[in-house]
Amino acid sequence: MNKEQNGPLMRAASLGSHYQGAQVNLDRLVRVFGQTRALDGFSISIEPGEFVALLGPSGCGKTTALRVLAGFERLDGGRVFVDGQDLARVNAQSRDMGMVFQSYSLFPNMNALNNVAYGLRMRGQRSQVRKKKAAEVLGLVGLADQATKYPHQMSGGQQQRIALARALAIEPRVLLLDEPLSALDAKVRADLRDQIRSLQQRLSITTVFVTHDQEEALSMADRVCVMSKGRNEQTATPAVLYARPATPFVAEFVGVSSRVPVETDSNQVVVFGQTCPVRGVDAFGVMDSVDALLRPEDIAIEVDAAGKGFVTHRSFLGATTRLVVQVGEIPVRVDVRSETAADIELGTHVSVNVISRDVLVAPRLRAKVSVSA
Amino acid sequence: MASLIPEVAYEEMLGGVPEVQGEPQRPRRPRLRLWRGIVLLLAGVYFLIPLYAGLRFSFQNDAGQFSLYAVKAIPSQTGFSAAFFLSLRLAAVTTVLTIVLMVPTATYVHLKLPKLRRVLDFVTILPIVIPPIVLILGVLHAAPLWLRSSPYLLSLVYVILALPFVYRSLDAGLSAIDLKTLVEASRSLGGKWISTLWHVILPNLRAATLSATVLTIALVLGEFTMASLDLWTTLPVWIYQFSQLDAHIATAVSMLSLLGTWVLLTVIISVDRSQSRRTRRRTEAL
Repeated sequence: MNKEQNGPLMRAASLGSHYQGAQVNLDRLVRVFGQTRALDGFSISIEPGEFVALLGPSGCGKTTALRVLAGFERLDGGRVFVDGQDLARVNAQSRDMGMVFQSYSLFPNMNALNNVAYGLRMRGQRSQVRKKKAAEVLGLVGLADQATKYPHQMSGGQQQRIALARALAIEPRVLLLDEPLSALDAKVRADLRDQIRSLQQRLSITTVFVTHDQEEALSMADRVCVMSKGRNEQTATPAVLYARPATPFVAEFVGVSSRVPVETDSNQVVVFGQTCPVRGVDAFGVMDSVDALLRPEDIAIEVDAAGKGFVTHRSFLGATTRLVVQVGEIPVRVDVRSETAADIELGTHVSVNVISRDVLVAPRLRAKVSVSA
Repeated sequence: MASLIPEVAYEEMLGGVPEVQGEPQRPRRPRLRLWRGIVLLLAGVYFLIPLYAGLRFSFQNDAGQFSLYAVKAIPSQTGFSAAFFLSLRLAAVTTVLTIVLMVPTATYVHLKLPKLRRVLDFVTILPIVIPPIVLILGVLHAAPLWLRSSPYLLSLVYVILALPFVYRSLDAGLSAIDLKTLVEASRSLGGKWISTLWHVILPNLRAATLSATVLTIALVLGEFTMASLDLWTTLPVWIYQFSQLDAHIATAVSMLSLLGTWVLLTVIISVDRSQSRRTRRRTEAL
């Protein structure tokens, strides 16, 4: 690591002592917009210094939950606690929460330094003190040389880093990130993602990150909360969420799965003629009519002229290539090493085998599914 | 070809000649350009002839010869100074009242009651629809005595008259910024409502506020009906009254008043620009 890269990290280490992660408890939150229950009894507990991602499809209530925590939305039910303090009567400006927004939210009339110093100014800090601190935090995000630039003179990535610095400058109890990477291009997004995670770990600041991008959530967060219809479907580490989803929704939303109708046999199912134990059968309860949810890596294929499946689509993903194999009426996604996939033409007949120890099951869908790789 | 439009406009802004490949350029239509020229000329004549006539009359004596007597005599005319300064005071008070009332109101409606924007659009246009005589007679009937005896009652009425221009100007300014995000960003950083208005919203509404100020001042300096019916001798009322004694002097005052308004507006815009430059230099020096 060179000196330039080391600078911000060392500064973070020296600043880290100022920050204190807070414990956050959202208790049975309810928020209703007209006929829609954006939050429907949503609860989550976040430990001090933890990085939690709220993940879910559009309209699942994740941004509403974040805005409730920030104090921008009133509650129709439930309570918000930070370090045991009920925030019901605490307005947004008094909550000590730094927030980075999806859209570029820098004040256009202020340069980078004054944007970062704004929160300190609102706290009545003297000019010299706040400028010194703002410059220090700008250094933390690697933009000390951009202090005199105005927002319109900076790129989107730089603006979001300044916004992050502005949120960190007030030493917030909780850092709130509302899809801060969604407006950025892929390369900048990946860089900023790493920078946010690195800073969060060094400052040990409690962070709530809203995203609909599961790759972002799984790669950045200590724990991921999957939300659906205003509820907490499951909160777990990325590895547990992927391997042991608590509900069919989580199983399908996180990662890629193919639904394959199967026959049940006690706690086992028969998939492509193979008998496999059911994973997490207790959580799903007893179901007569189920589908197996197979990850692309749960399946292996072999070129076989007499095989029941044939390849219909292929997508190059780098080290692996994702193939879609049509088995009867069922499309199944399979990941194959790219050098192996190079020899498999579209239309090639293959045999399909389940290679995982056990399989996930979910209530059967009536609708016919078609997929592309 | 719709996607080419912004690029062409950008090229034009840079002074370059837009090049559209793959499509032959349309031949220019001389007839259209001729008509544009004629319309522009007619509009210019319509606007400039009264000004020319007024200026010429101001610099003539009773015998129709060129003379500066009317201009030289203005300061010594009875009631001129009082009327002039009354108009200036009313313009200042009206502008402050309008901005103080309308900036928070328009901001609040944009943020919290966006559905009311159409209602406010309609309400603020009413002063144009209602004849000034109806408005002032109603106000004089309803206002308490202590207020009726003050010239600043006129400022309150002028605030209403300025609403259509001020609200539209501020509405356009507020629509041009991401108001909700800016306000929420300020509040999350500890900014109270007043601080947010002062440090974040107003500076980003500089152009809209300036435009509202200019329109309000121009309106107050030119308003006659209400001042006349409220029996206050503002500059337009004085010009009207004095025209019966000496039309040359009255016309010279009205010409100077027009010139003065333009100068005042230019000064306001210049001060704003230099202030903006100074602020920028100051922040860059940090």
